[in-house]
Amino acid sequence: MTVTETPRSASEAAHALVLEASGVTMRFGGLTAVDDVSMKVHEGEIVGLIGPNGAGKTTFFNCLTGMYIPTEGRVTLNGETLPPKPLAVVRAGMARTFQNIRLFANMTALENVMVGRYCRTSSMALTSILRGPKFKREEAATRERAQELLEYVGLAKSTELLARNMPYGDQRRLEIARALATDPQILLLDEPTAGMNPKETEETMHLIFKIRDSGLAVVVIEHDMRFIFNLCDRVLCLVRGSLLVEGTPGEVQSDHRVIEAYIGGDDEEEESA
Amino acid sequence: MRKLRFSDATRTKQGPKAPWLAIAGGALMIVSGLLSWSYDDRILGDLSIRFFPAGIQIYSMLFGVIAVILGVLLLRRPPWLSPARGLRILGITALVFLVWVLGSIAYQSDGLINLNEGGWVALVGALLITVGGTLSPDVEINVLTWPRLSSTLEILIIVVLMAVLLFTVAYTLDIQDGVIFASFLVALIGLTGGLLGTGFGGYLGFLAANNRRPLLLAAFVVAFLFPFTQDGSDANMSIATQILIFAATALGLNIVVGLAGLLDLGYIAFLGTGAYVGAMLSNSAFATVGWKPPFVVVMLVGAATAATFGLIIGSPTLRVSGDYLAIVTLGFGEIFRLTMLNLDGTNGPRLTNGPNGIPAIPDLNFFGFDFGDVHTVAGIPLGRFSNYYFLLLLLLMFVMLVFVRLNDSRIGRGWVAIREDERAAEAMGVNVFGLKLLAFSVGAFLAGLAGTIKAHQDTSVTPEQYVFLESAFLLSAVVLGGMGTVMGVLVGATILKLLPEKLREVNDYRLLVFGLLLVVMMRFRPEGLVPSKRRQLEFHEDDTELVELVQAEHLQESK
Repeated sequence: MTVTETPRSASEAAHALVLEASGVTMRFGGLTAVDDVSMKVHEGEIVGLIGPNGAGKTTFFNCLTGMYIPTEGRVTLNGETLPPKPLAVVRAGMARTFQNIRLFANMTALENVMVGRYCRTSSMALTSILRGPKFKREEAATRERAQELLEYVGLAKSTELLARNMPYGDQRRLEIARALATDPQILLLDEPTAGMNPKETEETMHLIFKIRDSGLAVVVIEHDMRFIFNLCDRVLCLVRGSLLVEGTPGEVQSDHRVIEAYIGGDDEEEESA
Repeated sequence: MRKLRFSDATRTKQGPKAPWLAIAGGALMIVSGLLSWSYDDRILGDLSIRFFPAGIQIYSMLFGVIAVILGVLLLRRPPWLSPARGLRILGITALVFLVWVLGSIAYQSDGLINLNEGGWVALVGALLITVGGTLSPDVEINVLTWPRLSSTLEILIIVVLMAVLLFTVAYTLDIQDGVIFASFLVALIGLTGGLLGTGFGGYLGFLAANNRRPLLLAAFVVAFLFPFTQDGSDANMSIATQILIFAATALGLNIVVGLAGLLDLGYIAFLGTGAYVGAMLSNSAFATVGWKPPFVVVMLVGAATAATFGLIIGSPTLRVSGDYLAIVTLGFGEIFRLTMLNLDGTNGPRLTNGPNGIPAIPDLNFFGFDFGDVHTVAGIPLGRFSNYYFLLLLLLMFVMLVFVRLNDSRIGRGWVAIREDERAAEAMGVNVFGLKLLAFSVGAFLAGLAGTIKAHQDTSVTPEQYVFLESAFLLSAVVLGGMGTVMGVLVGATILKLLPEKLREVNDYRLLVFGLLLVVMMRFRPEGLVPSKRRQLEFHEDDTELVELVQAEHLQESK
């Protein structure tokens, strides 16, 4: 597998459409957290989602993955409308990580990833009790796949560590491995480099490229601008719940409205929102 | 054989006199056994005669013998053993033992004046042991550096220990006097604790982990042999069958509570469902249903009915968070009892005979093997309760199998994930609702299974047997023993069923005592007596030492 270090241009990424969100709106009482946001993600594409704190990025993720039921709008994966249920969304092929790491702290790294295999395996109660050949085969396959994925993200040596005992950067990578275990077509990463040092950030970037090259679509929320502009094929900027700008990293980077949103006058209001 | 590795860093200075204190204390306790403890010869198996030790005096002498052994070991300061810790445990339990015994003598013979010199000598001895143990430093020990024995020898140790266990259990149950029984339990805890605390406990745990299958087999052989030690007497077998049925039910509840993390306060209703189905389909003259299938079919019908109830209760409530489920199950338990009370022909269809219940349920009969008869095997008569004991042992084995195998599977991993972080589990594709419902209905199924046997063993089924208090007791057994483990539930069930039977004095206050016990447990050991390591971690989030320990075990297992 070759690793492409540079982002591809938008035209090159014009593969099959994977995810389409149209007119997604999320209101909590009087507060409109996400306002009419539309997004398209293609196969083998890395899309970045930026915006000041409280812009609604994570809420938008939650709408996509069925953790929130959007007030309005539609999310389709491969042309099929997704019901707003996390389980159905994962089964359809969309996996995510969390901004504040939500690993199963008292399970080992391997067990965490094995939980990710849950929705792609089928042994139920009777099979588990009887322990027939099917059960053993599936269990061995689950273990093997989990091991593979840990190696893939660079945690081959940490399989038996408890998740809570792992260094911060490794926990982020373990979350990615766990999400990959669900065999997704599209991976949503919520601040994958938060709290990482430059070296770890660099490694994460390579990992995301590697994932992209294996044919997955990736959507990334991030505050680290250098990271996002180096990584993404396309960037969306959310401000106060609505889509401000969409374009290539170059376009977004030079857009004066984006700069204004980040360093401009209304900063305090954004923080409190 | 691996070489022993000692590090001098673990040796610390100790008071030179401390071991001698312990040895002197031990000697005093040995001597005390030969002295008179009580002026009154009618109480506690006659402790009044000098140079003729009875039960309690012998226990005291055993304390002394072990204290002397540990004291001598302490003098030699072996770097691979920590006698000081053993001595402390020994000393403190000896104090508890003596306070209990001397207090009981004073109470039963009206006043401390009736105590003779032996008791006081023993008390001084116990104090000296405790002081000696406290003044001596601990030795950090790592059992992994102990020499490895050959596997046959390891298995032999397990067999010997199991045999000792069998005879201890038989001896314990043979004690009729409540006070002596309790003092023997304390002595047992102290003596084993004193020996195991030195480091042998860790080594035995290591042995057990290395030889799981032989250990399990040996444990079942012991359980199977137990009725043969009773010489045809049904007194203890009756208690044993009660413990077994209680343990099997509590283990089913542990799937719901310990594995899936759901609080079920009406679990007894599922046991009751099974029992009522068993009674209604039995050959009792009061049975209300004409269909008389073979018992295997009855068991399946009972279990399936209970599981169906579980599904009906579970499906609307398991979608909401924990507290609601507790309340709904609490309500379900009451609904069950009231329904059984009212299906008497006047308020509803005549199914249960209302408060009279269904009495005179005949004993089971498997292909001519009547459970009510006495059968003689190898010259030892086995009565009615022994017959049920064997059947219930099979049931318990089945429930254990279901528990262990579900826990160690895709489903078990899903349950852990749900307990750890329900939202994350769902976002990772775990069918949270489905798994909760599964736990709930598997638990109900197992309780229903147990209920059908219970109906025959009790010979009658009435609504009063299935009140909320029984659910609370089942839950206490799970919480006391340890959520999520098999051993824990077995320990919890034994304590909760055996103590009230043997300690008749406590029986009237058993709710008070168990309540206090649970409060104390929640304060000092919320994870239960025999917790699962993961549960323990959940209760002690910031205990780094524990985390390291569990971590080391995982690494050990993966090798």
